Amino acid sequence: MATVWVFAREVDGAPSTMSLELLTKARDLGQVSVVYVGAGSEKAFATIGQYGAGEVFHLDPGDRLVAAPVAHALAELVRARTPDLILFGQAYDDRDVAGRLAARLGATVISNAIGVSLEGGTATTSHEIFGGAQIAGATFTGAPPYLVLVRPKSFPASPSGGPAPQVSPQALAEVGPADGRIIEAHVEEREGPKLEDAAVIVSGGRGLGSAENYQLIEKLAKLLRAATGATRAIVDAGWVPYAKQVGQTGKTVKPEVYIAAGVSGAMQHLVGMKDAKTIIAINKDPDAPIFTIADLGVVGDVHKVLPKLIEALENR
Amino acid sequence: MRVVVCAKQIPDPASPYRLEPDSHWLVRPGEQVLDDTDRYGVEMGLQLAQAAGGTVTLVSMGPTGTMQGIRQALAMGADKAIVIDDPGLRGSDALLTARVLAAAISKEGFDLVIAGTESTDGYSGVVPQMVAELLDVPALTYATQVEISDGQITIHRQTNNGYEVVQASVPAVVSVTAGVVEPRYPTFKGIMDAKKKPVETHTLSDLGVAPEIGQKVRDVSVAASRKAGVKIEDDGEAHLKIVELLAHRKVI
Repeated sequence: MATVWVFAREVDGAPSTMSLELLTKARDLGQVSVVYVGAGSEKAFATIGQYGAGEVFHLDPGDRLVAAPVAHALAELVRARTPDLILFGQAYDDRDVAGRLAARLGATVISNAIGVSLEGGTATTSHEIFGGAQIAGATFTGAPPYLVLVRPKSFPASPSGGPAPQVSPQALAEVGPADGRIIEAHVEEREGPKLEDAAVIVSGGRGLGSAENYQLIEKLAKLLRAATGATRAIVDAGWVPYAKQVGQTGKTVKPEVYIAAGVSGAMQHLVGMKDAKTIIAINKDPDAPIFTIADLGVVGDVHKVLPKLIEALENR
Repeated sequence: MRVVVCAKQIPDPASPYRLEPDSHWLVRPGEQVLDDTDRYGVEMGLQLAQAAGGTVTLVSMGPTGTMQGIRQALAMGADKAIVIDDPGLRGSDALLTARVLAAAISKEGFDLVIAGTESTDGYSGVVPQMVAELLDVPALTYATQVEISDGQITIHRQTNNGYEVVQASVPAVVSVTAGVVEPRYPTFKGIMDAKKKPVETHTLSDLGVAPEIGQKVRDVSVAASRKAGVKIEDDGEAHLKIVELLAHRKVI
């Protein structure tokens, strides 16, 4: 039976949602162990057990810059235990650790997978390319371990029930010149639900015209108890914080309803939201690519449609 | 301070991308452009080198072609470019790319390496981290703000719900997000000067890197695409259609 490891970064004292998605998938692929990075707790490890992992390697970098010490310790573990496949999320710390680990081991990484399987003595992955218009199948041609970065929400997370796993703490060695420190962490304030988990999302793009007009998005979102999102263009322009970015370089979302206002639908954005159940788009350009995937497309001026929509909802 | 900026020439994102039929490699025309995300790295490099006194060297891997993309970065003000172009690099994966870049950077010498967080055509998103590991230096990633003083580099590192302040000693690798700085537009003088700036080209054997590639694209198929629904022109009442749909979906 294949040995599959899942990288689990701790978020707010629990394994990340991403890692639970990976665990659910990993159960189908082989014997699962978890590489847990964070302070750790009985509760966090119990959750991992419920998702089917029998063993946890616990690495706690504290306030050290995560990637180098964790990748170095992980490289030793990989050499000793020879896993076939290591799954990471397409997420910040995951990318940092996977990149350094791959370079240290001389192992290839495949990024942006939406599917993964083990067959014929190798790992095969699937990928959305050209904004999801085509699916590419890739395969590793060398020896394991195969390192795969999986896009968020590629697999649903569901527990299988299982006892608390065996936890083995791993010491982190000094990494010399590659070391660094996390001095402070800032959490940006947010109203309403979390973007990744929201059932309804209202997103704004360049078509809003100015940073001030983003308040239309916020107003509408509040009325719908929705999370607010944004395109890369307006995040780069500094209108809203990075944490709101939906797309290839931002968050992947799959809400029940996604309202895109003044969003043209660049590939970069579509990749992050095209799997929403219902998409409503408002844009003045009738040829905007967003209309090719919208269930309801309104060709019109967001500055006229949004205020009317807000008023109609307020009067209900 | 010796600043090295990783810069990539990519097919113009404004024209549709195509794959070669058998290899499934991206078709790369002779004329490629500078990846837009690299303009931020170049600008960051220019600002840091100017503040500390130093040079900015571009390092780029891929088919040289007309060199338009490299010239764009030189026109912004970079001092010179090192280009690694070799038939053995076709179909390269992230690790081979990182090995090539690290070998070229190491040969050149550096205090700081700047890269975008991911390229627009490949977006593996792990090359800067790999380069850092190969050079045995810290990687300060997803920077939205960068400062260097007294041999320490401090950045704001983007996170899922905000940012972290992260610090390490130089030499280091930093990956920058679009938006970290406002990239300058080349001046006419910059464009003219760029034509005379030195561009060194290397092959794999110059760098002593073996062309090992650990992955391949096996097949490509058309995805089950989502169909467009109803498209209406706003006649002043279109918002009512939205309300109707939201009610139907039980959002309101």
